Amino acid sequence: MARAVTSRRKIINTVVAWGIGFLIFFPILWIVILSFKAEGDAIRTPIEVLTAPWTFENYSIVQARSNYSMHFFNSVVISFGSTILGLIIAVPAAWSMAFVPSRRTKDILMWMLSTKMLPAVGVLYPIYLMFIQLGLLDTRTGLMIVLMLINLPIIIWMLFTYFKEIPVDILEAARMDGASLREEILYVLTPMAIPGMASTVLLNVILAWNEAFWTLNLTAANAAPLTAFIASYSSPEGLFYAKLSAASVMAIAPILILGWFSQKQLVRGLTFGAVK
Amino acid sequence: MGQIQLHQVSKSFGATEVIPPLDLTIEDGEFVVFVGPSGCGKSTLLRLIAGLEDVSAGQVLIDGLDATKVAPAKRRLAMVFQSYALYPHMSVRKNIAFPLRMAKLDKADQEERIAKAAAVLNLTDYLDRRPGQLSGGQRQRVAIGRAIVREPAAFLFDEPLSNLDAALRVGMRLEISELHKRLKTTMIYVTHDQVEAMTMADKIVVLNSGMIEQVGSPLELYLRPRNTFVAGFIGSPMMNLIDGPEAEKLGAATIGVRPEHIDISKTEGIWTGTVGVSEHLGSDTFFHVLTDAAPEPLTVRAAGEMALDYGARVHLTPRPAQVHRFDANGLRIE
Repeated sequence: MARAVTSRRKIINTVVAWGIGFLIFFPILWIVILSFKAEGDAIRTPIEVLTAPWTFENYSIVQARSNYSMHFFNSVVISFGSTILGLIIAVPAAWSMAFVPSRRTKDILMWMLSTKMLPAVGVLYPIYLMFIQLGLLDTRTGLMIVLMLINLPIIIWMLFTYFKEIPVDILEAARMDGASLREEILYVLTPMAIPGMASTVLLNVILAWNEAFWTLNLTAANAAPLTAFIASYSSPEGLFYAKLSAASVMAIAPILILGWFSQKQLVRGLTFGAVK
Repeated sequence: MGQIQLHQVSKSFGATEVIPPLDLTIEDGEFVVFVGPSGCGKSTLLRLIAGLEDVSAGQVLIDGLDATKVAPAKRRLAMVFQSYALYPHMSVRKNIAFPLRMAKLDKADQEERIAKAAAVLNLTDYLDRRPGQLSGGQRQRVAIGRAIVREPAAFLFDEPLSNLDAALRVGMRLEISELHKRLKTTMIYVTHDQVEAMTMADKIVVLNSGMIEQVGSPLELYLRPRNTFVAGFIGSPMMNLIDGPEAEKLGAATIGVRPEHIDISKTEGIWTGTVGVSEHLGSDTFFHVLTDAAPEPLTVRAAGEMALDYGARVHLTPRPAQVHRFDANGLRIE
């Protein structure tokens, strides 16, 4: 039976929910608004900001002053590259833990998750030194490796959960039907795991795209992705609110669009197995 | 051909021995049913034959050749799973074609075999549907179709009917028996349902705690159960097993008498008791009668409809020729 909710209650709940939603969304909305205001108007009181004339000048200035397309390219390479690199390691790892588990499988999974509990700054110094030694500082390759390692536990965990959902019977049926291990993975497991793999890829691209700690600390100019591009408009060069906002909008727009178009896939993937 | 032999086959998971060493021969063309309570090792035994589990010791021979180390794919066996285990992303046609595709058969041959299997199993109209769009019975047929197209040496069925409702189960039971008569291929069928075992099998293997309690035709098991376990397991309703003085009178530790071998009378008989619950099936009536012969109520079957009030006094007489006697170890006394 559906729970009875009075209409007054419903209205209150709806208003509160929208209020909270708006509160969370507000900073992003404000950034978008500021990005279309003149630098002088951007630091005024909110009412004055809203009534000030709209302009595109910030976008053209930002575009002229920094190389947006280079940062964009770096972001794409680093986020997709680290995800693909991660999948190459995670698919076999998750496969073996899901289908041929040993007594230690649970411990290994917990250990991998525990690495996420360590504050990143704790290993910054050793990694920075290693990067200098290996000549990886300010290279896309270096960032791809670091971001892959950061996200690997999440990729493995997600894939492991999806693989677990696939009934072993079906894989055994394929074996009985004469499929080799390669054919079993190619024709049976992979098609069934595609929704899960897709959402894993999406989530990790988003995580890597937004990652700021390592991208800021391990890059200078050549490999700097969009996060570094935003940061370049903050304090060191003075607070240019409007330009900072324009840069932020340009940095988050691609991933926002990607997330928007794939939200169905993402939600489906993330709640996969939650029901039945 | 499809003769399967097990030589001293055993299986342990870690320190637990689920199947102590056993020998079993399944002749070509036989319909063999493994039956036993849940956890008796019947599915494990089937999986050992399939190669989905490795034997801990012993040998599996298929047509006289040692298949112990052969991969499941290469044993020429087809299996039907309890969960059907259809490929959800493939149409019925592709599901049935899968083993043929794996065997690299040419397209024309594939089509011909699929059409034949679909006709046999009434699936022709469903070939382009996905498994998700089929009913339980149709899914089971697809699973069987996928098994028969390969023309395997033997079919393995792992409780294939337990997910179906009662009416469908009876229908599919007949279809599988029919299929066996037509194909004459060896079939090994695992079930916990002794009615399925009795109605389908040429030979029944009764398992308990991984051990074979008895191997024989359904009638042999019914008429001459080797021990009290088989006596209690085969037959429905269950055989009445009576210990104590009544058994001692006949020189046994336990006697067993089936419900259909006890005569019930209002006037005279050997055992006296009162009627408890009666079950009226129309064709038969089952009475549960509490007697002085045993602490538990005895089940009695009367053919046709018979009305006796709850608490009525009745007299029971077992038919002497059909009383089974067992010794203190539960073994049959001839």
